[in-house]
Amino acid sequence: MLTETVNERETTKAETFQKHILPSSMGKMVWILGSILLACVIFAACTGALSISVSELWQIVAFKLGWISEMQVEEQKSIVFWIIRLPRVCLAVLIGAGLGIAGASLQGLFRNPIADATLIGVTSGASLFAVFVIMLNVKYFGMLNELAGAYSISFVAFVGAACTTLLVYQLSKLTGDGGVTTLLLCGIAINAFVGAMTGLMTYLADDAQLRSITFWNLGSLGGANWTSVMAVGPFVAISIFFMPYLSKALNLLVLGESQAASLGVNMKSLKQKVIILATMGVGASVAVAGTIGFVGLVVPHIIRTLFGPNHRTLIIGSALSGAIVLTLADTLSRTIVAPSELPIGILTAMLGTPFFIYILWEQKRKRL
Amino acid sequence: MIEVRNAGFEVRGRKLLENVSFSVNPGEFWAIVGANGAGKSTLIKLLSAEHSVTTGSVHFHDRELRKYKLKELARKRAVLSQKNNITLSFTTQEIVLMGRYPFYDADPTQRDLAIVDMCLKKVGIGHLKGRLYPTLSGGEQQRVQLARALAQVWEIDNGLLLLDEPTTGMDLLHQYETFQLAKELTRKNFAVIAVIHDLNQALQYADRVLMLKNGHMHAIGLPENVLTEQAIQEAFGLPVQIIQPEMTPYPVIVPQVAPVSYHLP
Repeated sequence: MLTETVNERETTKAETFQKHILPSSMGKMVWILGSILLACVIFAACTGALSISVSELWQIVAFKLGWISEMQVEEQKSIVFWIIRLPRVCLAVLIGAGLGIAGASLQGLFRNPIADATLIGVTSGASLFAVFVIMLNVKYFGMLNELAGAYSISFVAFVGAACTTLLVYQLSKLTGDGGVTTLLLCGIAINAFVGAMTGLMTYLADDAQLRSITFWNLGSLGGANWTSVMAVGPFVAISIFFMPYLSKALNLLVLGESQAASLGVNMKSLKQKVIILATMGVGASVAVAGTIGFVGLVVPHIIRTLFGPNHRTLIIGSALSGAIVLTLADTLSRTIVAPSELPIGILTAMLGTPFFIYILWEQKRKRL
Repeated sequence: MIEVRNAGFEVRGRKLLENVSFSVNPGEFWAIVGANGAGKSTLIKLLSAEHSVTTGSVHFHDRELRKYKLKELARKRAVLSQKNNITLSFTTQEIVLMGRYPFYDADPTQRDLAIVDMCLKKVGIGHLKGRLYPTLSGGEQQRVQLARALAQVWEIDNGLLLLDEPTTGMDLLHQYETFQLAKELTRKNFAVIAVIHDLNQALQYADRVLMLKNGHMHAIGLPENVLTEQAIQEAFGLPVQIIQPEMTPYPVIVPQVAPVSYHLP
């Protein structure tokens, strides 16, 4: 070579002395976000109509685990913590993580910064089915109730999310060459159609139904209890556990679909895996908490700006900070207008938007 | 190493390639030349298994190409395609490391990282290792991509490198360095197949040249036999003259273009 002469033997010799490092913010990020999440969880568990101090919280937990034999905290606080507060915080963490991880992976799959779970029809499908149930609730409440216990809406919403996503995916295979762009366009088309159906239902609804529909669409963690945590847990856990394995393939996709294929990425199977995992996480979340916007869209951007675009860090980071954001937002939503509750979807969008604009501005400033 | 037999490719009744046959041996540098739309990129896509042939067959290491799994192929050959747009701010090192992805599971080994460093130095951009890819110039980006392809085949015996216009956007020095590098690889028993636009470079560096015209093989063989005045005029529609200057070891292809007339009709 003319510019840099490389003597191979010399370099291999030097290898033994010189350690090659790949700069990675993984460890640092997990530490920072992990401790922030822990702090948020403690803060959320302590804050509320009945306030619990940190030392009381410690006693409650330690007593339950059998570390201390007696506690000097009123029984009432302990009950509030175990029955009301903790499941709600757990649910917020799970849902936040699910939304964050789905947003990060879908943005990677679509190679599009504005992609999130709404695009593949998860949210709109869940909405349509939920609204459908709300409309039919009066007439056939008993029948559906038997089918899926007290969680008919959640159950049906999850089915709706899965069905719509499947429809979008199958349509994209039928109409196009199976490329990601076709999937995106099919998603937009089906979303519009499903949205229209939901609109039609809303049009037919009476006042009481309208109110439930609106609240469902704004999202809330108000229905949290251990059963809902148990229902959502496995789905989000699967998505968090398996999604990181796809991070290498998602990185390669940055080079373009054909280059990724030449590096061994099977586009078809990658697409299926990402969509299934994302639908599981988001579908379960939407089912118990309604549609919570903006978390899946904004959180990955924040992580990308702070810790780089590598999907290994991005996916884990989005899960952690999604959990942070939702825990905080939920705490706000139940305290800001106490004793009543503000729908969480309002909060995430209201606080998310200015922050998002700030990030965009920051990015531009950095580039200059 | 790779053998193409009567290969053809058609999309919706339109024949993009027809009756292409040739066989590449280890240690050979093949240049594919031809006018725009002659089927050069399509041929590279057939060789890289991105498309599969509609007629005929492609054999790679004595096995039909379509019978390979993508993962298997990724460990035997590298492809550098024409368009490489990346907007996310990956560092140069991360991009080149992607060439090593097929070879490790979760974390890169020291060997992988050493290969990345070596390949970066090979294409002359060792100093850009920590730079963000989108901030590089077009030519530098192309060299990063070349380093990535190089990293992928670095350790393979009898590797195959498919390059679709590898020197796009590079300055003169690095164009020549890229071809020197390809030549160097063929000495290590690699096979290199490249789409080349500059006929002089093809003449100078290639061991074999395949000239395509409208999806057909127009000429094939040694560079000096393929790149003749007559063949070039037929394939490109441009009259050329091949001259042998006294100072250079290679003949030079010079277009015979009439002086630009300043009289607009």
